[in-house]
Amino acid sequence: MMHVAALLQVVNPQIPPQGNGVFVIATLLKMVIMFTILMVVVAYLTLAERRISAWIQDRHGPNRVGPQGLFQPLADGLKNFMKEETYPEAANKPIFILAPILSFIPALTTWCVIPFGAPFPTRWGRIDMVVADLPVGFLFILAISSLGVYGIVLAGWASNNKYALLGGLRSSAQMISYEISLGMSTIPVLLLAGNVTLRSIVTQQAYGGWNVVNLTIAFLIFLVAAFAETNRLPFDLPEAETELVAGYHTEYSAMKFSLFFIAEYANMVTASALMVTLFFGGFDVPFTAHDNIGPFTGWLTLLSVMIFVAKLLFFLFFFMWVRWTLPRFRYDQLMSLGWKFMLPLALTYIIVIAAVVLVLNVAGITPGTMYSSILGAVNIVLVMIVFAILDHGRIISPAYGRMEGARLARLRGVAARSPLASGVTR
Amino acid sequence: MQPYYSLYYTFPFYLFGVIAIASALAFVTRKSPVTAALWLVNTMFSLSVLFVLLDAQFIGVMQVLVYAGAIMVVFLFVIMLLNLGHPSEIADQRGRWPTLVAAAIGILMIAEIMVIARGKVASRFQVPPDFAAEQMQQYGAIGTVARPLFNEYLLAFELTSVLLLVAIAGAVVLGRRKDTRAG
Repeated sequence: MMHVAALLQVVNPQIPPQGNGVFVIATLLKMVIMFTILMVVVAYLTLAERRISAWIQDRHGPNRVGPQGLFQPLADGLKNFMKEETYPEAANKPIFILAPILSFIPALTTWCVIPFGAPFPTRWGRIDMVVADLPVGFLFILAISSLGVYGIVLAGWASNNKYALLGGLRSSAQMISYEISLGMSTIPVLLLAGNVTLRSIVTQQAYGGWNVVNLTIAFLIFLVAAFAETNRLPFDLPEAETELVAGYHTEYSAMKFSLFFIAEYANMVTASALMVTLFFGGFDVPFTAHDNIGPFTGWLTLLSVMIFVAKLLFFLFFFMWVRWTLPRFRYDQLMSLGWKFMLPLALTYIIVIAAVVLVLNVAGITPGTMYSSILGAVNIVLVMIVFAILDHGRIISPAYGRMEGARLARLRGVAARSPLASGVTR
Repeated sequence: MQPYYSLYYTFPFYLFGVIAIASALAFVTRKSPVTAALWLVNTMFSLSVLFVLLDAQFIGVMQVLVYAGAIMVVFLFVIMLLNLGHPSEIADQRGRWPTLVAAAIGILMIAEIMVIARGKVASRFQVPPDFAAEQMQQYGAIGTVARPLFNEYLLAFELTSVLLLVAIAGAVVLGRRKDTRAG
């Protein structure tokens, strides 16, 4: 995979990177700006969620506070600050307080490695539009996002409430299960890029075509796993309000409850940003390669940031669209989808893609139109195989998926023999 | 001849070293298993910072990803499932002798580290200066680790993975045997 390294050689040296002092100031500035923007975006996502749900369900939604309800998030925030903080008597107080913080921090930390625009040339040197361009970029994201589960699990445990505990346990099982598929689905992306820095993944896509074409199945697995990781419907079992009251945050009130909410939306933004970066070219302006070779200008930076934001907003809308369209999975369906379908599929896909890349390398085809179209053709065939031949109505519509007669009989047999069957059910 | 490191580098290194040791002590002394597990997570984090400061970014991230993100979550999961949350239920305080033996082993290990740190390393084990930086420049953070692993030490690496596979299969077999006996 020398080509990407060679490309990065071309990309990097154009404008000398800034010195230490400028680096510190620029990084601090970027951190503050990113934090502020994220908080505002998250606040307005709650409004967007309510307005979009209302639109999907043919209602009005909140439209009284300010023009079109635009000040609603401010009012909500104020309300949450003024509310009384309650603590359950039997709660483990330090961990009860720690839990919302632990779910909030990883949700925001992930953002520091995501590149959101073309480098910005200044008088003091080139400033990359990423807070920290780590050499282990993508692994850092996996590591930090695997910590998000602590907040939820500890919240469930520390509340000393059975619904909360059930929610916490569900979430840990769910997030561990889908994390594996999530990690596996990104290995083909790393195979194509030949590196783990997000910068090189974006560069590779600018030249080799977006990964959604190159690696369609990886994208589909990533999409489903991202929904499970962010605990969004159809995988919102940790807080399933019809079963568990409110799940892991049942006992939380005021700003602590709000922190969980902010964390959920921040996770959504992060997951969307990852999908954009890994599969939709990141800040890459479609059909051009200027954003990676330069000459870098302020306008180019602005354009690429706007392209990034547009892609991001689409995925955020998609998250909401799915939430208000699909019903929740049953717990056993969730587990069997994760372990019996997504994980084997992801593993098989890694092998297939590795083989195809090897063949392409041996045949001497370099990344470009030909490379992408061969990969794309392979993917079309695979998508057809997975969803038309192997499916039989199980994956696409799992909520009312058919159960084989033998399995049903076995389940009924188990139910008839259990002590519950004699007394309670009949 | 000690190389010179700036304060920006040494201060966080010692800071997180102290945090790691303090959290490890808290981990051993806490009675509630959940609290103890959380202190252990904190130790893992501090260790990962030390790895990153030593230019081993990959190991640092793996430390968080594998230990803090996967193994400790499963630990917590099990602790909660078994409801070991209440300290009174698990009188795990053994007698005086195990404590003394553990302390003796600890002191021995510290002594070993001291001896190794002060001893002279054979020249063939010595890494040339700037080796790490050079490798990072050439192969990136992952290639530095992956290259030797998949070229020179491929057999050992694959054998280790077979060992892990055997362990997984063994765990599944043991888990299932218990299940069939009960049902």
